[in-house]
Amino acid sequence: MREIQVSQLTDVIERLCIEANEHLPEDVKCAIRNCRACEDGEIAKGVLDNIIENFEIADKECVPICQDTGMACVFLEIGQDVHLTGGNLTDAVNEGVRRGYDKGYLRKSVVKDPVRRGNTGDNTPAMIYTEIVPGEQIKVTLGPKGFGSENMSAIRMFKPSAGLQGIKDFILETVETAGPNPCPPMVVGVGIGGTFDKAALLAKKALMRPLDSSNPDPFYAELETEMLDKINQLGIGPQGFGGKTTAIGLNIETMPTHIAGMPCAININCHVTRHKTEVI
Amino acid sequence: MEKKITLPLTEELAKTLHAGDRVLLTGTIYTSRDAGHKRMCEALAKGEAIPFDPTDATIYYVGPTPAKPGQVIGSAGPTTSGRMDAYAPTMMSVGARGMIGKGARLPEVVEAMKKYHGVYFGAIGGAGALLAKCIKKAELIAYEDLGAEALRKLYVEDMPLVVIIDSEGKNLYDEGRAAYLAQHNTEEE
Repeated sequence: MREIQVSQLTDVIERLCIEANEHLPEDVKCAIRNCRACEDGEIAKGVLDNIIENFEIADKECVPICQDTGMACVFLEIGQDVHLTGGNLTDAVNEGVRRGYDKGYLRKSVVKDPVRRGNTGDNTPAMIYTEIVPGEQIKVTLGPKGFGSENMSAIRMFKPSAGLQGIKDFILETVETAGPNPCPPMVVGVGIGGTFDKAALLAKKALMRPLDSSNPDPFYAELETEMLDKINQLGIGPQGFGGKTTAIGLNIETMPTHIAGMPCAININCHVTRHKTEVI
Repeated sequence: MEKKITLPLTEELAKTLHAGDRVLLTGTIYTSRDAGHKRMCEALAKGEAIPFDPTDATIYYVGPTPAKPGQVIGSAGPTTSGRMDAYAPTMMSVGARGMIGKGARLPEVVEAMKKYHGVYFGAIGGAGALLAKCIKKAELIAYEDLGAEALRKLYVEDMPLVVIIDSEGKNLYDEGRAAYLAQHNTEEE
């Protein structure tokens, strides 16, 4: 058994909030640059040039890439041989978010009640997902999630008879409906299977996976390639002004489901797809 | 080629702008998003004044990050304009002609734009660090309690924008995509 002070977690979360918001992951930068090389329209090229210039400024000057510094989605894979001491896990995570968003001059975008609103003033609470895994480490992944794209996400409970075609149509329909709103070029996270809630979680986890990786199952790896290609034939283009680059990546995550169902969730992200991981 | 324009956005200026034009905008603009618009429209409904003169004004839908020491403003890219659709016709009815944001607008907003000679500009969503460079002055003028959503008066220089919907109701989102698809389909034949 290994003892870990929760204050250590607070420190890591604080740092990840700032770093994730200022520095875009290399795989995302690379995908954007590759798409820029393939565009031919003047407006589309201009938009992608500005997007590249933007993340370069953020890198160099250590400022937020986007003003929507998001809700802090925190994924914790906690080794079952870890004993957390010195306080409460949830409080420790929220304290890290509070400090990170304050120290990093990040925007506080969380309201305390979904209907009655009212800003909490410190960007807490974080959206926390815990998983107990073998080992004695904690893997922390922080993904600030903006809502321009979150609002364009969708979930559907398919009949199994809808089959693969149903899922393909749903992906295209969701991207088409999203259009210019989620700041394309977008990243598409698809979760298939599980229950209603698990499908949505899989879709969010799909957004945390690097864009240069593939689903380990060749069936879904092929589907990722096929659907990204189909999305990029829609013509929506960078910012919706028309062009080839509607999405820079599409990741699919799946899990077993019930004999009567085929849940499918699609979580949309923008070109500022941020995530950073650290192991304690 | 980019067109340089200077505010205020008079009716004459608005009529020279067309969907798809790339512009570099200079002048004074006001920031407001969901909560600020709600408050302004409530004030107008009661016959009260809003915190700035709306005549020929341009509103930027943005909630910036806090400025770091030495910065004029933090990162400041556009938010999704559709959430302001409920308020935009009212704002145009009192003279606020320009809107800067990103994303689709409802038909009633486009109708109001045709009626009041409004222009909807797109700034690049997610390019907050780059857009902040164009903002030379920022002053909080009202609704401080709304934090990032407070009303700010900004002076911008050569802000890179694209006209998405012009005062005749022409829409780059429809035309740009159609043009790409037409060209692409021709190439495949």
